[in-house]
Amino acid sequence: MRGITYLVVLFIAYIIIDILIHGLPTISWDFLTGDPEKSGAEGGIFPAILGTLYLVVGTIAVALPLGMFSAVYLTEYAKQNKLAQSIRMAIVTLAGIPSIVFGLFGLGLFVITLNFGSSILAGSLTLACMILPTIIVASEESLKSVPQYMREGSLALGATKWETIYKNVLPYALPGMLTGSILGIGRAAGETAPILLTAAAFFLPELPTSVFDPVMALPYHLYILATQHPEAQKILPMQYGTALVLLFLVVGLNLVAIILRIRVRKKYKW
Amino acid sequence: MVDIQADSKVKVHVENMNFYYGPVQALFDINLDIPEKKVTALIGPSGCGKSTFLRTLNRMNDIIDGTRIEGKVMIDDKDIYDPMTDVVELRKKVGMIFQKSNPFPKSIFDNIAYGPRIHGVKDKNKLMDIVESCLIKSALWDEVKDRLEKNAMGLSGGQQQRLCIARALAINPDVVLMDEPASALDPKSTLKIEDLINELKKDYTIIIVTHNMQQAGRVSDHTAFFYEGRLIEFGATEQIFTKPNQKQTEDYITGRFG
Repeated sequence: MRGITYLVVLFIAYIIIDILIHGLPTISWDFLTGDPEKSGAEGGIFPAILGTLYLVVGTIAVALPLGMFSAVYLTEYAKQNKLAQSIRMAIVTLAGIPSIVFGLFGLGLFVITLNFGSSILAGSLTLACMILPTIIVASEESLKSVPQYMREGSLALGATKWETIYKNVLPYALPGMLTGSILGIGRAAGETAPILLTAAAFFLPELPTSVFDPVMALPYHLYILATQHPEAQKILPMQYGTALVLLFLVVGLNLVAIILRIRVRKKYKW
Repeated sequence: MVDIQADSKVKVHVENMNFYYGPVQALFDINLDIPEKKVTALIGPSGCGKSTFLRTLNRMNDIIDGTRIEGKVMIDDKDIYDPMTDVVELRKKVGMIFQKSNPFPKSIFDNIAYGPRIHGVKDKNKLMDIVESCLIKSALWDEVKDRLEKNAMGLSGGQQQRLCIARALAINPDVVLMDEPASALDPKSTLKIEDLINELKKDYTIIIVTHNMQQAGRVSDHTAFFYEGRLIEFGATEQIFTKPNQKQTEDYITGRFG
């Protein structure tokens, strides 16, 4: 068992070190803040960084409240019957659907039917659909771990059901809910397939000005540089640089959420 | 079967009450008058329905899916299961202390202020007055007055339970339900809770579920003996303990079963 664990750690370490060694020399102020030139063979990746941030923020804004309230409904309000069970089954199944399918779904519903076009809005909604199951399942687990006597104690003091949930369940469940959501959001930041069809453009002359504009995004940029570019071998440093920035972004996101979680945890410990 | 001293008013009146968890009947045809400002103990072996009965009095069983009740439960001559009854108002009037002390993971102050805040008290001074008077009533003030802002989870088990009593008193109830409040406490803390109950009965009607025969004898004025979902006997504690009318009560009290 221990051997396998070390092996896994070794693999991860190898990947990270490889990216660091090849990526670090590329990183410079100009690379982070400049526009791509010569189809990404030179210049920077600023629009892609910004685009990914937009998509992540949009995804959080949609998926977090939706996921958390769904979980609250399922654990606190829904009767534990066949219907609730089927909904749960559906959510778990949704988590296993390949991301390209979400991309096609987003293309059909948001881009075409709702006519949002290839845009930040369509991309965020698609990514939100993809990570909703992760958030709901994690939030449900977290809500269930709040002892029943917290609810009874509050109800017995004459609090309504919603007051009880809002004041005496959610605050304690929040750290766990965030932990689960981190995983989902990290995944959203790194996914290529869903935004391929709904939001991303390889090159845009201007930065997006509204949620209806398409964006460049790090994973998509990396995908093009590595597979579609005529001189893919030559621009290896650019690819590594982009990979490093993406890695850094995802790790950074996780760190922020972990710090947030620790702070809430400290406030409510039992 | 019911013999309440003439000088005390009936606070809780239960008439032909049946209670079901789904298809399983847990209480059978309960008839009981609980007097005001006295301590009434509910005793009986595990699973006899005494806790279920207690929880019908503030409608705590409502939160369990599939429960059903028949008959009447009147508090101050009002049917608490009337569709017009406001459950929030009812629970303000009928406080509850649980078997496992359940302080919220907040400060001592916030724990006690929880109820009043929910019911609209915002003024900091007023909250402070409530917190102080409730802690004094629950005999905890001297022990915690210097650390009201500390997390309540840091208190000892006995202190936590007295905090829960203070928290229940903060919404100014008439009736206080206690579900084996001392079962998880050491003898010294238990004694403190019992002293407190004696003190509180001047102002509150107290209904206490207990497994501990001696405790029922020490704190209660009246005792109700439950067995297999039925109320077997109800009367003055002294009478129940010295000359019970029912064979089953006698068997239980003398320790032949249970």
